[in-house]
Amino acid sequence: MKPFTTLTAIAAPLPMMNVDTDMIIPKQFLRTIKRTGLGINLFNDMRYDEQGKPLANFVLNREPFTRANILVTGENFGCGSSREHAPWALLDFGLRCVIAPSYADIFYNNCFKNGILPIILPQDQIDEIMARITEQPGAEVTIDLPEQKIISGNKTYAFDVEPFRKNCLVHGLDDIGLTLEKAKAIETYEETRQKQKAWM
Amino acid sequence: MTSASSPARTLYEKIWDDHVIHRGEDGTCLIYIDRHLVHEVTSPQAFEGLRHAARKVHRPEATLAVADHNVPTTNRAEGIADPESRLQVETLSENCNEFGIKLFDMADKRQGIVHIIGPEQGFTQPGMTIVCGDSHTSTHGAFGALAFGIGTSEVEHVLATQTLIMKPAKTMLVRIDGELPVGVTAKDMILQVIGTIGTAGGNGHVIEYAGDAVRALSMEGRMTMCNMSIEGGARAGLVAPDETTFNYIKGRPMAPKEELWDKAVSYWKSIASDEGARYDREVILNAADIAPIVTWGTSPEDVLPITDNVPTPENEPDENKRAAMIRALDYMGLTAGMKLQDVTIDKVFIGSCTNGRIEDLREVAKIAAGKKVAAGIQALIVPGSGLVKEQAEQEGLDKIFLDAGFEWREPGCSMCLAMNADRLEPGERCASTSNRNFEGRQGRGGRTHLMSPAMAAAAAITGKLSDVRDFL
Repeated sequence: MKPFTTLTAIAAPLPMMNVDTDMIIPKQFLRTIKRTGLGINLFNDMRYDEQGKPLANFVLNREPFTRANILVTGENFGCGSSREHAPWALLDFGLRCVIAPSYADIFYNNCFKNGILPIILPQDQIDEIMARITEQPGAEVTIDLPEQKIISGNKTYAFDVEPFRKNCLVHGLDDIGLTLEKAKAIETYEETRQKQKAWM
Repeated sequence: MTSASSPARTLYEKIWDDHVIHRGEDGTCLIYIDRHLVHEVTSPQAFEGLRHAARKVHRPEATLAVADHNVPTTNRAEGIADPESRLQVETLSENCNEFGIKLFDMADKRQGIVHIIGPEQGFTQPGMTIVCGDSHTSTHGAFGALAFGIGTSEVEHVLATQTLIMKPAKTMLVRIDGELPVGVTAKDMILQVIGTIGTAGGNGHVIEYAGDAVRALSMEGRMTMCNMSIEGGARAGLVAPDETTFNYIKGRPMAPKEELWDKAVSYWKSIASDEGARYDREVILNAADIAPIVTWGTSPEDVLPITDNVPTPENEPDENKRAAMIRALDYMGLTAGMKLQDVTIDKVFIGSCTNGRIEDLREVAKIAAGKKVAAGIQALIVPGSGLVKEQAEQEGLDKIFLDAGFEWREPGCSMCLAMNADRLEPGERCASTSNRNFEGRQGRGGRTHLMSPAMAAAAAITGKLSDVRDFL
């Protein structure tokens, strides 16, 4: 996994609440057996008409947002289906950071597994960033994960992230590798379980 | 029992505590996973990851696989027409073969929707941790198992280690007191809960459903409720196991037998929440206040009693919610203030991991018997598994459905998410027993109204959203 430390990039505004993972990547693109190549279909049904022509009014079709690496959006982002194709599509498009007031749990978790940083900020701070990137399209936002802060124009916002997740992201650590270091503890657990709850 | 040395714990806390292998400094835990279900859509990249890193499956017998999302519900003998869908299903077979995982393939009569076959086989048992790369894994919580959906990276993690890295969730008690009115079902109960807490209300929480109305439900009803916990934001829903649970499990192919059965039951009885256990949040509803419900919008929280009218955005004070409501009404092609019972439909879908079980089909048959599907309406009934189909046919339900003009299909996820050939065309409106009314969920431009199986049957007969109580 690619480490995430700091990122200074164009942020795209998507002021909608309850954006579900069916919207992020519709089901017709889940028939793949790969993780890559989904960026072109990110937000497919909002981004293209039924003939596949890009819709000029959708934010990621407009310059300079085609080059955005940060997405600023509304509450409960990523709700619904557990499909990891949603973060894969975001990443494949180039979006490495999402800023929202809240996320659905499975999506939030899936982001960290793919080197995407989902940041939670209060709605009023989101509104400030959203206003700036809407009024000044292409305005850059800086994300500093080690320092846990966002710089947008002349404002700085602090954010929280769990220490374990932060460490994995900053160092690009592979979860499975970390867990396999505890193979002995897993084995001990399984032996006890077999003795006490053999039916399991 | 509570005592000074062991504080009262909830069902969730007991299962969690029994599965912690290691607890890190910041509270992040390594959790043991007892059972893993796998389907074709969210697993290929996980197996590819194992292969890439030359890793093995840690405990193959803990995993059960089935193809459900892509499978056709007609003409099984002809195989899968779509080349991508076919490749995905074939890839699952190859992966299961290579890694030694048990698979119910398309020709197996035990094949069906992953969340229907787990309980059906007795693979799902109380007190277990159960995961699947599918958000509706919450279904299995009906047995008092901690069951939740995971992403593909975590599918790979479970395959490789039989564990997951996670932090404990917050707890929410949803208690529904009293007795359900006639015509009101488990589906209406859970839609009411989602309408009450909102689609993000359960984020970060595990919900435990309790109260007389929940206790009175069959296992099928409890599964319907737990299934849609995720639509309220909760990764998992739970119902404490009781005699209803034990009776359901006993004798199923993968259930414990003989002396192990007795040991298991005594453990299962011990995991119910202790008296005085505390929850982070409590929601109390009265069953008598719940009516047959339909959704009007594009979020499962957009619920209303069938006797109500389509809402008016001008009455919504919150700006973000108003914007969402205007977008939803536009997408759904509805006019503010119109009667829900005046909304005409094009299609009916009865099935899914929410409502594709035998009890659901019996409810449909009660309404459909001796009636006819309205002219111009296509009404699909898709059983949740081959065994559900067989049972329904033994009971003669298929005859009732076919006589009434319903289509009787082969098992699978079908039009719940329209990954196979079953889907809505742009602008088509569907009365559906599934779980999500998101934009495009049942086909691009398709309009979904969620409801109970009995309500969907009533809609099929009248061609409009209808009150099932008029049929009773």
